[in-house]
Order: sequence, then C-alpha cells, then structure tokens
Amino acid sequence: MATETPVQPPPAPGKKVNRIGLEPIAYRGLKTTLCAGCGHNAITERIIDSFYELGIDPTQVIKLSGIGCSSKAPAYFLSSAHGFNSVHGRMPSVGTGAVVANRKMIAIGVSGDGDTGAIGIGQFVHLMRRNLPIVYIIEDNGCYGLTKGQFSPTADLGSTLKSGVVNDLPPIDICALAIELGASFVARSFSGDPKQLKAILKAAISHKGTSMIDVISPCVTFNDHEGSTKSYAYVKDHDEPLSDVSFIPYFEDITVEYEAGTSKEVTLHNGSRVVLSKLSEDYQPTDKMSALRVLHETMARGEYATGVIYIEPDKQDFVDMLGIVDEPLASLPQSKTRPGRQALDEIMESFR
Amino acid sequence: MSVTDVAVQEAPTKSRTERIVNDFAIQVATVNGSGSQTANLVLLRSIFQMGVPVSGKNMFPSNIAGLPTWYTIRASAKGYISRKKEVDFLVAMNAETAKEDVLTLLPGAAALYDEPLKLNALRNDIVFYPVPFDKLITPITTDAKLRRLVRNMIYDGVLSKLLSIDMGQMEKALRKQMGKKEKAIALNMGALKAGYDYAEASLPKLDPFVVEPMNKTQGLILIEGNDAAAIGCMMAGVTFVGWYPITPSSSLCESLIDYLKKYRKDPDTGKATYAVIQAEDEIAALGMVLGAGWMGARSMTSTAGPGLSLMAEFTGLGYYVEVPAVVFDVQRVGPSTGLPTRTAQQDILSAAVLSHGDTKHPLLLPASVNECYTMAMEAFDLAERLQTPIFVMTDLDLGMNTWMSPTFEYPTKPLDRGKRLDAETLKKLGNDWGRYRDVDGDGIAYRTVPGDGMPAYFARGSGHSEKAQYSERADDYANNLDRLARKFETARTLVPKPDIEWAKTPTVGIIAYGTTHWAIIESRDQLKNEHALETSYLRLRAYPFTTELFDFIDKHDRVYLVEQNRDAQMLSLLKMECNVEQFAKLRSILHYVGLPIDGRSVTEDLVRQERGQ
Repeated sequence: MATETPVQPPPAPGKKVNRIGLEPIAYRGLKTTLCAGCGHNAITERIIDSFYELGIDPTQVIKLSGIGCSSKAPAYFLSSAHGFNSVHGRMPSVGTGAVVANRKMIAIGVSGDGDTGAIGIGQFVHLMRRNLPIVYIIEDNGCYGLTKGQFSPTADLGSTLKSGVVNDLPPIDICALAIELGASFVARSFSGDPKQLKAILKAAISHKGTSMIDVISPCVTFNDHEGSTKSYAYVKDHDEPLSDVSFIPYFEDITVEYEAGTSKEVTLHNGSRVVLSKLSEDYQPTDKMSALRVLHETMARGEYATGVIYIEPDKQDFVDMLGIVDEPLASLPQSKTRPGRQALDEIMESFR
Repeated sequence: MSVTDVAVQEAPTKSRTERIVNDFAIQVATVNGSGSQTANLVLLRSIFQMGVPVSGKNMFPSNIAGLPTWYTIRASAKGYISRKKEVDFLVAMNAETAKEDVLTLLPGAAALYDEPLKLNALRNDIVFYPVPFDKLITPITTDAKLRRLVRNMIYDGVLSKLLSIDMGQMEKALRKQMGKKEKAIALNMGALKAGYDYAEASLPKLDPFVVEPMNKTQGLILIEGNDAAAIGCMMAGVTFVGWYPITPSSSLCESLIDYLKKYRKDPDTGKATYAVIQAEDEIAALGMVLGAGWMGARSMTSTAGPGLSLMAEFTGLGYYVEVPAVVFDVQRVGPSTGLPTRTAQQDILSAAVLSHGDTKHPLLLPASVNECYTMAMEAFDLAERLQTPIFVMTDLDLGMNTWMSPTFEYPTKPLDRGKRLDAETLKKLGNDWGRYRDVDGDGIAYRTVPGDGMPAYFARGSGHSEKAQYSERADDYANNLDRLARKFETARTLVPKPDIEWAKTPTVGIIAYGTTHWAIIESRDQLKNEHALETSYLRLRAYPFTTELFDFIDKHDRVYLVEQNRDAQMLSLLKMECNVEQFAKLRSILHYVGLPIDGRSVTEDLVRQERGQ
C-alpha cells in the first residue's frame, strides 16, 4: 500500500493545483494555537509551501516532534499525514524506529532548542551520527516558551531575559555539532527570511540522509526584547547569508548560469540540484573543515551564518546501511517473517 | 598427608555403606575468566546424556576476570531442577573462597581441591580428594595460556572416575561444546584423561555419590531461557529490535541477532527482513520500538531493572498513545545497580504500573524455557491485539542458566495483527472513524498505520479525544481513561490462564510464578512426604489476574504466595483486587538473597507459618 500513489480526484477547473493535482489546502493542517507573530508559524507556512511545490503526496509523509511550542507545529501542516508528538527530547528515537520500519515514508521532525539542545541532546547526537533519512528542523528561539521564557542551551552568552537575568553560559552551536557528528545536510535559516528558508527546506526534503536545519525563530512573547540575541531586530541585523540558495527540483529542466569561482552546484540523489551562489572564495560547503571554520568565525563576530552550511549528497544513510529489504518492514507478511518448520527443527537439533 | 588420612578414615564410615544415586549437587568454585565454563557444561551435559535430569546454575560476579564464581550442577532422579540448598560435592579451585566453601559444607559432603590449598586440614567430617592440578597439566601442553584454559578439564576427569560418569559421554559432550576445533578437543581430552587416570590410581572412592544411567532425558534439549526467548521472537515474526546491552538481558538480543542473520534473509534478495539497532540507551531503545510499532512493525526490546526504570516515560506514552511493543525484562537484583549478576523477581510492581499517571500493563510470567519461547509469540500477538506495551517478566535464573526442556513446537496459530482499519470496516463505520473510539465494546479501537492508505491520525501523549484530536475537555479525558480501563479488562480475558493442581481436600493453597515454580514442585513433595500436608498449587502465568485466581483463593483456607523479592510485590498487586475474605487468607513466602529460590526454604517457611497459626 505504501508505495502506491493514491488516486486523486481531478481538480475543479481553474483551481490552483500542484504537479500531482493537489490543491494547497491538501497541505495545510489545523489552525495554529501558537502566539500571533511566533516565528514557528512562519516556518509552518514554508513547510506547507515546500511540500506543495515539490508535489509530494502528504499521505506518504510522517511528522514527528518532541515537546514544546515547536513540537506542536506538526499539527499545523499536512493534516492527511500521520503525526507523532512524542515525549520531551526523544523524537529522534521514535523517528529512528519509524523510518527504519517503513523506509518508503518521508520523515519530517520538528524540535526546539530546549527539546534538542537540553533534554534531547543525547538522542540528537545519535540521530546525526546515524545519518538517518529525516528532515530535522529546530525552531530555535533560545528559550522555553511553554514554561514561560527560561533560557535554553542555544541562548547566547550575555543575552538577557525580559526580567533582566543575563545568560552566563556559552551557547551550543547546533549546526557545528551536527556537522561534527555526521549529518550530511546542515543549514541555518531565519523564520523572517521566507525565500531562503523555502529553498533550504526543499533541498532538505530532497536530500537523502539527515537534513538538519536550525531555524532562528523569535519568541514574540518571551524573547523579542532589547538585550535578547534571538529577537527579530537582532537576528535581522546579524543575519549573515553565506550564499544565495536556489533549489531546482528534478522535475524542472532549468539551466542556471552562475559566476565561476563563487558558486557551487550540488546534485542530490534524486537529481534535484542546489545552487549556492555568491559564496566567499575561501568557503566550500562540501568541505567539513571549511564549514566548521565559517561557523566559528561568524559566531566570534556575533553573527548568524545562514544558508546551506554543509552538504554531503552521497553519504550512505542509515537505512541503506542496515541492508534491509526494499519493501517496508512494517508490512512484511507472515510468509516472510516466520521461518519454516525446518528452521526450528535445525535450531532444536543444535541444542540436543 | 597424615591429616588427610585421618579425615578419610573417620568421616565416611556412613558413605561406605550408603550409595546416593542421581540425587546430589556438585558445586565448582573457580575464578571468573579461568575458562571453567567449558568444563562445567561438559560435566552437565555428560550427566544429561546419561539420561539423568540435571540443572546448572551459574553464580557469577559482575566482573570479567578475577572474582570468584560458582557453578552448581544438580542431578536429580526425581527431576527436581530448582536449586538445591545443600552442596554435596565441592570442587574447590579458587584459593580465595576455598576455606569458606569447605566450612559451609554439611557433614558427609565431599571436596575435591587443588592440592596446594591444603583444605583437608580444615575439618574431619567430610571426604577430601586432593588433586595436584599443576603436576597433572604439565605434560599436557607447554603453552602457559593453554594450560590455564584446559586445567579445569582435569576435575571433569576426576569426577568422571569418582562419580561413575561415563568417559564416552564426557568426550561426546566435549565435542558438542567445542564443535570442530580438533586441536582444542585433543588438548581437552588429554586433561580429561589425566584427571581420570589420576583418580583411578590415587583416589579411592570414599563418598556415597554416584551417577547411574537412566532414561529420563530422552528427546530433551538443554537451553538457556534467553536463547529460547530469542527463538520465540524470531518465530513471532519480529521485524524491529531496539536494544541496549545490560546484564542479564544482553544475550537475548545477541542470540536473536544470530538467529535473524541465519534465518531471516529474504530468499530472493538476500536482504534482511528485520532491523536490529543497538540504541544509545534504554530510553532510546524503547523510543525506537514505539516508533516502529506505530508504523506497524512487530517491535521489541529486552532489558533489566535499571533499563526498565529508564523506559518509564516512554512506557506511559505507549500506553496512552496505544502502540504495540514487547519488552522483555530479564530481572536481576536491585535496587539501583544492585547485584547485576544475581536473580530476583523484583520488577513486578514497577513493571505493572510503570510510568506516571494512571497506567497499567499486562505482564507475562514464563516459568520455563519453553514458556520463554511460547510467551514471546503470545506477547507479540497480545501487543498488537491490545495495542499496548506487553512485558515478559523473565529473570536471570531462567535467562542465563541452562535448563532441560522438551523441544519447542512449531507454531500453528497465525500471527494476530490486531484491529487494523480497512476499507470494509471503514465503510461499516459509515466513514466515521475515530482512532480512539470503542466500536466493539472491548476498549480496543481500530488503528491505522502510516502508508496503509487509510485515514491518518495524530498520535500524541497529550490529552486527546476519541478522534485523536488535542483535547483538555473533562469528558474526553475521562471517557478515554475509562476506555483504557475497559481495555485492561479485555486483557484479563486474553492473557494466559494459570496452571492449577488441586489437592483432594483444598485447605492450603500455594501461588507462585516464574522460576519460583521449580522450587514449589519440590517443596510440595516435601510437604506431602515429610509433613503429610497436601497442597493445591496455582501457577500464575500473567497479569492482569484472571478469574481462576480468585476462585482458587475462595476455595482454600490459607493461600501462600511465594516470590523472590522483599516486598511481596505480586501479593501487593493481588491484594489490590481482593475482597476482604480473600485478603484475610493471603500469606507470603519471600526469598531474596540473589540465589534462585530452593524448595527446602519454601517448605521450612510454610511449615513454620502453618504451625504458628
């Protein structure tokens, strides 16, 4: 069942549809219950746009999350996809089991900076290390929203709470960590930059392996004041795009002209292409050391390096590494999962 | 030598007249990592091959090499395979523990020891057999490392002579143990013969213990419970395993991996029809299992106490989201790290209600290796039927010790994949499906899985309505919780029923579960033969309790629940469901020293309580 494309009713004439005949509404979810102006809602909109424009059947997607404001988001997009809102910080393990159990599904996980950087750092580390095929989005606002604004581990040194409390610990750079650990697609974006975010999301969804996207997403209620380094104003001022990101899906035959030396085109496993232009000359997004250096340098300047920071399109993903059958493990029939009588006889003989 | 001579002359006057045939326990005391396991298993297997019922219990330290370890082999013509409290024949190879080992023997016992330990000076009421191991090993090989490894085979040779264990069976058992390693076999055979020859030449038989051939093991196998459970999981069609190493459960998943590699490759592609992932911890292990179960895979993990504690939060999620999962808990001694290599039944209460909020979970309680096999399959069926985590509560004694068993039967029942929504059911429901709606009145709703073409739902650990929508409404919450309770009542009708043996006039009843069973068999015979007390016996095989249990209590005056923990955990669960009359009849017999429970301890405690009343 999982591999079949469901038959869609023909769209009404004049209606806007995507390449598989679905209207944008098919990609929407429930109405958000997050605060008005929350960065997370903007990310949700870009996720909806990306899946719609890529023409991915939403019933072939699974949505996963942990606990927190960010983790509520999967309810707000792709309502015809199955979702699993798990426990705090443990979405990576649930996602790992799910993806391995049915390799045909496209997995998107939404987490937050507390869910990933604090309680969930252990599982995050091992998900990155496994290069599990999943889009892993961190909606990063540097604070705990649902519990009213405490610092999270991505809060910058010296950033303040509304009450004036100063953060006296350095942040975890989640992108540098992901690169170090083995994620094969690492990006950072800003919820206030819809164009860049959408291009990154489309590339991430098309990439085979772990796509980790840290999206700075200001918390309008608890972390958007002066003194915060995760406010709209601060991030706008300190956003440092490493390149212009363009995404060309495999089903569009477009030739892009770009300046030699400052552009990089990367072909993904399904034939889609990511074009990164206006790169600085000494930065190579396919080189780990180069990507890590850029992150450290921008961080030292108090800037947010955004864009596709590191990409390794051909790295073997976890599911391939396991050597499992092509059909979903979850739907294997008994004839394939219960060995015959002879096998049991042979085993019993070995214990005589 | 004069002391030995005196001891030998005095002690065994009894033993010369009396022969104790196929009814004694041999204990081998060695140093962990000295390679004694081969010698011990060869000994066990030889007696087994002679048709004599045996059991082997390994009491080992939480250590790789250097600490003391004891292996006890019991031969029992009557077929008693629980631990025997008294050691009859000691093999003292460990200088560190030898003195205490000898001093705790009962008069009339025998002790074979490494000659330089000079144990014969310790007492004069047992038989001593000094054996010069170093001298005997010297001609076998010049390699010091090999000498250390095959040295233990010498005591097998000595015992072969002293206890009349057939050398042919010893060789057969050795070959079984070593496979095709001819060089190693030759070396071990050399040591075995050296021991035998030495005993023949220098050790006159002075103890009463003898092995005589019987035909009570024909057609049986020798197997550890963890292997049996692994075979059961494979035959249950497991497709996903997430696990984290922990004693004493590791060998379950490791054995499963070996079997899956061998028997679960797709014949056309050679690819695996399963995935096994070693997780970063037990939290992740169960998280993966739930993720896979949510997708529709047959999914499992195995763990022990500390891992169970870590799995608490996810267990609550599995219960509330209603995801099938199978968790083997191979129980060891707690609290905390406790005694990781010793056995107990101490996780019953925590497993039954694992996690916060109102949660409760079905437990299966295997007593034998055969039940490790059959209950593995039942657990997967129940998990999918009830859409909830199922715990299989085995223990170190069952999981890691060697047990006799009839061969396992090939399953005839097809896999039960539970209530899955399909097009036909959806139509019957008038296209109005709710993931958590109780359509059939059994508390079990129809589920869909990603990719099955059926309607999707949002699985969440937060409050939800019967249509799986986020809800904080009082009625939604209470209705859902009541339905989950109804589902648990359905579980009561589906879990394995207890085994019951009635006394002719039911007065005193015994309830036990898991490995305690084997001590009860022996204790009931002792009660009958030594105290003229005929007892009924109910062996619990699952939680929630079934009606048979309450009927059993009603029909008796006094009921003893025997278990291997301090706090009478199963009894506590039972008391929660009893009426006043039943409550008043319940007594408790507890055993919690880390060693498997023995029949004698049960008998003594029960008789004491009976006299006191």
